[in-house]
Amino acid sequence: MKKFDYLKPKTLEEAISLLNQYGEKAALIAGGTDVIVRVKQKTISPEVLISLQGIPGLDEMQYDGSLRIGPMVTHRTIEKSQLIRKEFSALTDAADVLGSVQIRNVATVAGNLCTAAPSADAAPPLLVLGAQLKLKDVKSERTIPIDQFFTGPGQTVLEQGEILTEILIPKPPPNTGSAYWKHQRRQALDLPILGVAVLLSLNKATVTCSDILCTSTPISTVLHSLEEDDLVCKEVRIALGVAAPMPMRAIKAENLLRGKEMSDELLEEVAVMASKEAQPRDSIRGEAWYRREMIKILVKRMVMRCIERVLKPEETIFPLRLW
Amino acid sequence: MKQKINFILNGEPIEVEIEPHLTLLQLLREKLELNGTKEGCGMGECGACTVLLDGHAINSCIFPALEVEGKKVTTIEGLMDAQGNLHPIQMAFIEYGAIQCGFCTPGMVLSAKALIDENPRPTEEEIRTGIAGNLCRCTGYLQIIQAIKAVTAQR
Repeated sequence: MKKFDYLKPKTLEEAISLLNQYGEKAALIAGGTDVIVRVKQKTISPEVLISLQGIPGLDEMQYDGSLRIGPMVTHRTIEKSQLIRKEFSALTDAADVLGSVQIRNVATVAGNLCTAAPSADAAPPLLVLGAQLKLKDVKSERTIPIDQFFTGPGQTVLEQGEILTEILIPKPPPNTGSAYWKHQRRQALDLPILGVAVLLSLNKATVTCSDILCTSTPISTVLHSLEEDDLVCKEVRIALGVAAPMPMRAIKAENLLRGKEMSDELLEEVAVMASKEAQPRDSIRGEAWYRREMIKILVKRMVMRCIERVLKPEETIFPLRLW
Repeated sequence: MKQKINFILNGEPIEVEIEPHLTLLQLLREKLELNGTKEGCGMGECGACTVLLDGHAINSCIFPALEVEGKKVTTIEGLMDAQGNLHPIQMAFIEYGAIQCGFCTPGMVLSAKALIDENPRPTEEEIRTGIAGNLCRCTGYLQIIQAIKAVTAQR
């Protein structure tokens, strides 16, 4: 591996100042599970790595209804948090399946976003959760919605010298469920063929008969049996990973569903629209046509999972890798 | 320019002076000649290089060596007790035929240890997730899972 210098600033300000000082010669390292691999593969050749690992406080989270995640928070921390599992489920779904235990113990959520692979598991969940990202450099600080963060494969709006210092997830509306599915060939240590995240807010949290929920009953059957409960979608967000050059929202699909009464026929339309909006390509993990087919299926399943999380929150569907 | 680090290695304090670009795996194998930890892929995708950092399983092949400053590192060599007896997990692996070529074994045993230390009675699903980061080409994993179950059943 090409040699580099390794600096350990004690404060965020020092890190930003070093990043500014070294410019293109430096790369920022958090957990390092992406950076070190890219140095080994000679994708990047920094002369200096500037580490955030030694800076106190960066691995903290704050919750007051909304959630603030520091830049050194690992996926393992997310995975272990019962609070996040309940309130921001899609993010936990991603943490559960990202890489492996060894990777999750070290890799950070912020780093996942900054590497900005189209396959980034944390991206679709944070897109549907409406995350805001705080970016800081020597001169100023700005907060942008995550929807504006990605500009292409491996590319973000981060300027030279800017650090992602916080991920803020606003308090979700009442009666909200979120979910993420990583469609992958193996059960661990794999990149997704496709990632689908959904956030759904309903008009109510209970229905007359919830027995049919959290079973393997087909979705159309479940929705038909819920017809008399007049479930209305108050808010919906659908995000896709590995379906475009960067993680994307399926805006047209969302618009079809928002404000409408849930029904099997409508959900089918929504899933088909999401599949049309996507711009998948052929790659070693799958071809575009296959990804489009799977978007139709997985969007429906994730909407169903959100409904179940709102209406029957104490149940988990076991095994989790069902369907 | 070399830097000095101080950390606890298998229960003993140690100081080393290393170049900044070294990974923890290189430090262990090349500088400290602790060859129990193996390099499988070098990219964090197989788990053969697994060691424990403050009790947590990590891939040492992509972990900057300088970051172990002030922390506790446990390698497979550290699992024996002071009298030289094998750890219960190692004994279970032998008993259940969970070792064939042995290359994944150090990492696999340490992942199992991290799992059990945190969760003394894991379900089979939890065991599978706990070792999902360690690939084994030989056994098909069944004996490994049986060995881990046997150890947890004794607790």
